[in-house]
Amino acid sequence: MTASTSSALSQAPTRGGGRVRILGWLALLAVVGGQGVAFLISRPDRDMGHLQKIMYVHVPAAWCAMVAFLVVFVASVLYLWRRDERHDLLAAAAVEAGVVMTGLTLLLGMIWAKPTWGVWWTWDPRLTTTAILFVIYAGYLALRSFTDDAERRARWSAAVGILGFLNVPIVYFSVRWWRTIHQVQSSPATVDPAYVLGLRLNAVAFLVLFVYFVARRYESSKLERAAETRIEAAALTGGIHV
Amino acid sequence: MSMRTEAGRIAAVAWKDLMTEWRTKANFNAVVFLAVLTLLLFGFALGPDTNALRAAAAGVIWLTILFSGVLAFNRSYQLELEHGALEALLLYPGSHKSLYLGKLLANLAFVLMVELVTVPLAAVLYDLPLLGPLGGLALVLFLGTVGFVALGTFYAAMASRIRAREVLLPLLLFPMLVPVIVAAVEATSALLSGDAMGDAGSWMRLLFVFDVVFVTASVLAFEHVIGE
Repeated sequence: MTASTSSALSQAPTRGGGRVRILGWLALLAVVGGQGVAFLISRPDRDMGHLQKIMYVHVPAAWCAMVAFLVVFVASVLYLWRRDERHDLLAAAAVEAGVVMTGLTLLLGMIWAKPTWGVWWTWDPRLTTTAILFVIYAGYLALRSFTDDAERRARWSAAVGILGFLNVPIVYFSVRWWRTIHQVQSSPATVDPAYVLGLRLNAVAFLVLFVYFVARRYESSKLERAAETRIEAAALTGGIHV
Repeated sequence: MSMRTEAGRIAAVAWKDLMTEWRTKANFNAVVFLAVLTLLLFGFALGPDTNALRAAAAGVIWLTILFSGVLAFNRSYQLELEHGALEALLLYPGSHKSLYLGKLLANLAFVLMVELVTVPLAAVLYDLPLLGPLGGLALVLFLGTVGFVALGTFYAAMASRIRAREVLLPLLLFPMLVPVIVAAVEATSALLSGDAMGDAGSWMRLLFVFDVVFVTASVLAFEHVIGE
């Protein structure tokens, strides 16, 4: 590890904890509010009934997953460029939140698909690409957990994060040429005006929740790294000096 | 560093790897036997109906190549880890890219040789018309294998150096290979069934594009992965 990154991390614990906690409460409020609007105000769909409410979590979660993997890509490129460990920790935090959001998207999509399409799963490009994304970034997390050296872990994760992201459009188009049936994505431009408010509110709510997840994970991995650095230093000098 | 010395370095690494394998053939024999076994097991899994087997053959051939070939990549680096050979290789002058490209060539030759045994055997077991579309099939096998080996050689540079290497390499590699598998299986399947729709050509062009993208991305990223 280079001197600059270790000194940036050894100054932990940081003062970020309080702000993150406020963000957590905001996220809780936003999600409860957004889902409240979705359940109480917006009407059930003519054909799908209350099943349609799945959209208010499924679609925002899918958006957050996309944001997450974009953050991973940018943070990974920044890491390889600047070699600042904080970019690596940010990428890792975004992958964790992104994998959760992708899993939620897939699970809710299946619950919605069974009564609507008659099957839990179909080999449509968007579904298949989402599933592949889930596995690619689960592999990223596995790689991290098996690599002990922090600097090597950061470099390797960055490479995997960049290649994985570049592969997303390639997977999407290759599966698309293979076959297609998914309906056009739901967005404020394609759904009935009655659903726009609920969808917008929940999109914002999930984005706040996502930022909270990432911030929380980022803060805790900074603390973990600081602890590791101190243990290393203690091993070298023969005692812990707090 | 001129192009000629780079090419020389690439050839030297590839030659060294192939020579090491040639002297024992231990890995090659094991991988070929595993491939043969996989072909037989798919036969049992898909039932004895010849028509069903023939319909599934393209997918079976590619999965067999993937499951057996993936064993070659980790070994290509593990040999270097003994006695600190990797450090010595990295100390040689010139770019690390030639180390990657040399290993890619050696692995490519290795997997293509495995295919030379397994694909004719698949034709026998699954009753496939191999001789008709021979030229096209050879091209598809080559293009698909380049994409597979390019990513395999890249991910093994990481996976071979950590504890759970046997599990981790397929976990990282196989999801990335989805575009290659889709295009390779579609092209193979079209060729084996006479290519009445003329699909094989466009899938092959797509495979070529994937190869260019994956080789380029791996060459660029390798520098960050191999060094200390």
